[in-house]
Amino acid sequence: MSEGPVNSPEIPRLPRVLEPGYNYASVTDKIASIVLTRPVSMGWLAGFSIAFVIMMVLLGSIAWLFIKGVGIWGINIPIGWGFAIVNFVWWIGIGHAGTLISAILFLLNQQWRTSINRFAEAMTLFAVACAAIFPGIHVGRPWMAFYMFPYPSTMGIWPQFRSPLIWDVFAVSTYGTVSALFWFVGLIPDLATLRDRATNKAAQIIYGMLAMGWRGSARHWHRYQSAYLLLAGLATPLVLSVHTVVSFDFAVGIVPGWHTTIFPPYFVAGAIYSGFAMVLTIAIPLRKAYGLEDFITMRHLENMAKVMLATGLIVAYGYFMEFFLALYSGNKFDLFLVEQRLHGPYSHYYFALILCNILTPQLLWIRKVRTNVAALFIMSLVINTGMWLERFVIVVISLTRDFNPGAWGRYQATFWDYSTFIGTLGLFVGLLFLFVRGLPAISIAEMRELVAHKSHEGHE
Amino acid sequence: MSETRNTLYGVLGEFDSPKTLIAAARKVHAAGYEHFDAFAPFPVPGLSEACGLHLGLKGWRRNLVPQITLLGGFAGGLGGFFFQYWVNVITYPLNIAGRPLNSWPAFIPVTFEMTVLGASLFAVFGMLALNKLPQPHCPLFSVPRFKRATDDKFFLCIESTDKKFNLADATKFLEGIGAGYVTEVRDED
Repeated sequence: MSEGPVNSPEIPRLPRVLEPGYNYASVTDKIASIVLTRPVSMGWLAGFSIAFVIMMVLLGSIAWLFIKGVGIWGINIPIGWGFAIVNFVWWIGIGHAGTLISAILFLLNQQWRTSINRFAEAMTLFAVACAAIFPGIHVGRPWMAFYMFPYPSTMGIWPQFRSPLIWDVFAVSTYGTVSALFWFVGLIPDLATLRDRATNKAAQIIYGMLAMGWRGSARHWHRYQSAYLLLAGLATPLVLSVHTVVSFDFAVGIVPGWHTTIFPPYFVAGAIYSGFAMVLTIAIPLRKAYGLEDFITMRHLENMAKVMLATGLIVAYGYFMEFFLALYSGNKFDLFLVEQRLHGPYSHYYFALILCNILTPQLLWIRKVRTNVAALFIMSLVINTGMWLERFVIVVISLTRDFNPGAWGRYQATFWDYSTFIGTLGLFVGLLFLFVRGLPAISIAEMRELVAHKSHEGHE
Repeated sequence: MSETRNTLYGVLGEFDSPKTLIAAARKVHAAGYEHFDAFAPFPVPGLSEACGLHLGLKGWRRNLVPQITLLGGFAGGLGGFFFQYWVNVITYPLNIAGRPLNSWPAFIPVTFEMTVLGASLFAVFGMLALNKLPQPHCPLFSVPRFKRATDDKFFLCIESTDKKFNLADATKFLEGIGAGYVTEVRDED
């Protein structure tokens, strides 16, 4: 930590990453008690019930889809993609912040990642789960979705590996697997803590099996730390590759508005942008509900706001470049697409997107906004909406206005489009509710490390 | 001693802070014990070195996680590429807009993903296997105070399999280097 300029009189001292007065036992106690001893509150029960009902809406919508087919959605040629792909890209993007926090900030040795990485990784897993539903149910004959995977079929047919859609299958399934591994490896020491503190027989057995006999042995830690570091190093290029591959789904096609080289970096930045917004959307109620303000401090919230501001500016640069390159290239189809974004039938979506993603986040330059919890919460919802609109604009405007006016069309989402999307929100929130009660939402072992580090420094 | 040796696992000492644990591990290592282990509720920087885990060829062999990970990366990457080659060139060749059958640049994304997947799976399962996990039973779990090894206490255990091991000496040694609570650990069912 650079202490010099931070302590100089004219700059106020940064808020701490951990409030003073905690020792190993109190950190353990505070986090483990949320899972083990705290009674189920009415708030949790009410929140989970609502999420569960919305999850049932998802199941109902999918059941109806399986009975009737994808015709219940608003998609029709030329717009074959619609909400399903918009939602897929949006959910996958949200997951990226979890991996960024857990892997990249770990490699950069950023202490402020410690108390937010666990639930951010959980968020990644749940977001990937929500995302993976969409391509699966969008294929038309979902009972044959396994055709996407290469397997020795009796018909002797195999996938075509030159297609970005098959790259996507590999990118997303690898991402899901590696995120789950990373999350589970991080959980092992905490599962052992829960096993040793649980008083109820069932909890002892379940956590005991999951902890696999972990006991904090120096020999174990020795290998554990190299495995964790290597996983962080592997997850870093992986997370960048996933949204790059997702952007290839668009950029490798020749459709105007998709066929640009700016797509991979701008998709990755957009993913991190929306992901940090979602981390804030979750962190702010979580710290309030469970009194974790000492662990998830203003320092965390402010840093996340700064990351959102930075990635938001990269996204703004991407929007600007799309326009600039259309003008500079003189390609009439690209120019026409720009005109359609500004004046076409979906221009209000485009202007809403600019408002949500570029204009509103500029308020984050102001320190008062960055340190205002309510403002940050609203901002995170605005940015999530904006990023959803971005994918809508990319998918729908380009597909409704391609080269030949004879192939133009309109897209109108139906009730089932909305119910499926809102249903996945219920699934996501429901899984988060279960996670908070079933597993430590903050890494206990890493918080102890932070305590040791602080007491070693001698202050606090 | 010989009839109790079969069931005696070792002697366990308890310490209060990472600093005292590291000092104790250094002393146990310097005294010539080889089969001993330290326990901490979080990774303590310098503990592996204090236990002598990094020393010599044995130390290199002790942590094979990086080598296993590299192997997994190679297996995933080469396997991923040549699988695609086999599918799209040999067993199911398709002419896609006149591109060469071995259009290798298009195979790179999947090759990359498979490299990461192979390396990650090998890293995690290699680490677990080298640590001999899952291991549901360990004699240390029968010591009630050892529960705090995953909370706020630090432990050091000299195991009975060590050549130098002798119950009375090891107990005295641990008390001498500042262990707050020393107990023998028995392996009983």
